[in-house]
Amino acid sequence: MSTQPRLVEVRRNVLKQNDVIAAQLRRRFSEAGVFVISLVSSPGSGKTAFLENTLSRLSPAYRVAALVGDLATENDAARLRRSGAPVAQITTGTVCHLDATMVQRAMDGWNLQDLDLLFIENVGNLVCPSSYDLGENLRAVLLSVTEGEDKPLKYPTIFNSSDVAVITKMDLAGAAGFDSHAALANIQAVRPGMPALLVSSKTNAGMDDWAELLLSRAGARNPGSQLQRR
Amino acid sequence: MHELSIAISLVEAAQEEARNHASTAVYAVHLRLGALAGVVKDALLFSYDLATQGTPLEGSRLIVEEVPVIVLCPVCRERRPIRSPQLFCCAVCGAPAGDVLQGRELEVTALEIAP
Repeated sequence: MSTQPRLVEVRRNVLKQNDVIAAQLRRRFSEAGVFVISLVSSPGSGKTAFLENTLSRLSPAYRVAALVGDLATENDAARLRRSGAPVAQITTGTVCHLDATMVQRAMDGWNLQDLDLLFIENVGNLVCPSSYDLGENLRAVLLSVTEGEDKPLKYPTIFNSSDVAVITKMDLAGAAGFDSHAALANIQAVRPGMPALLVSSKTNAGMDDWAELLLSRAGARNPGSQLQRR
Repeated sequence: MHELSIAISLVEAAQEEARNHASTAVYAVHLRLGALAGVVKDALLFSYDLATQGTPLEGSRLIVEEVPVIVLCPVCRERRPIRSPQLFCCAVCGAPAGDVLQGRELEVTALEIAP
């Protein structure tokens, strides 16, 4: 009898379990006619303020809700609830990213039929979230003007896995000496063709364009959906 | 750093595949790791030793094959490497890169198991 190890070929995605759950979520969302947007960025880039503005802007014309991930505290959920939208907080403990199981668990008891758009705010982190599919239809990566124009070059993987880039805190661009042309060029260098928006959650600059982009993508995704102003 | 989470998923996946081949002893795991997978090889190797402790994979080796990015160049109409992750364009003609054909892999390709 041979004592040599046997080499067996397998072909298996390491994150298969996550991908299977993400695919189930995506199917559930699609069947219910919900368009799902995830937001990723580094900590402090203004995700929550941006989301707060977005929810207030879309609600009550559209039925919106949010899941928000943080290592600890319910502070962001409390802030977002001021918009009147249903909000669930996911606290991850020490885990630096959301995964599909966390989203699935947080959706427990929600009636998806009651929603048009669902936002998932990931934990502030530009590295780890890139590997995990959450079942979203659109991934938006945020970058604030105080972080520097070269952020896309430093974190190409997350920018490359995203569908739209949003430059936030444009009201501070002058004070920060932010060169938006350079930032837009860097975004195009790491992800050619990706749409990029310049916004300020404070002054509302660019926020109409963002809402328009979302609604047109959501309408295109669910052509038979009842996505229309209430 | 999420490599420990990845390593734990990797160990679970390898254990399940080993069971499918009626084996519990695993000597080595072969992994294809794409440049766009968002996983750092050294951090994964370090995490692998921690993740395998107390499992049938304890003491096994993780053999990582790094997979470069290949895109479909819309101009050359060929499979091409990119200039760099910072300049995501065809390494041959410089056109902005099209679809990513390779480079997002994070997959177990083979196991060395007890005979």
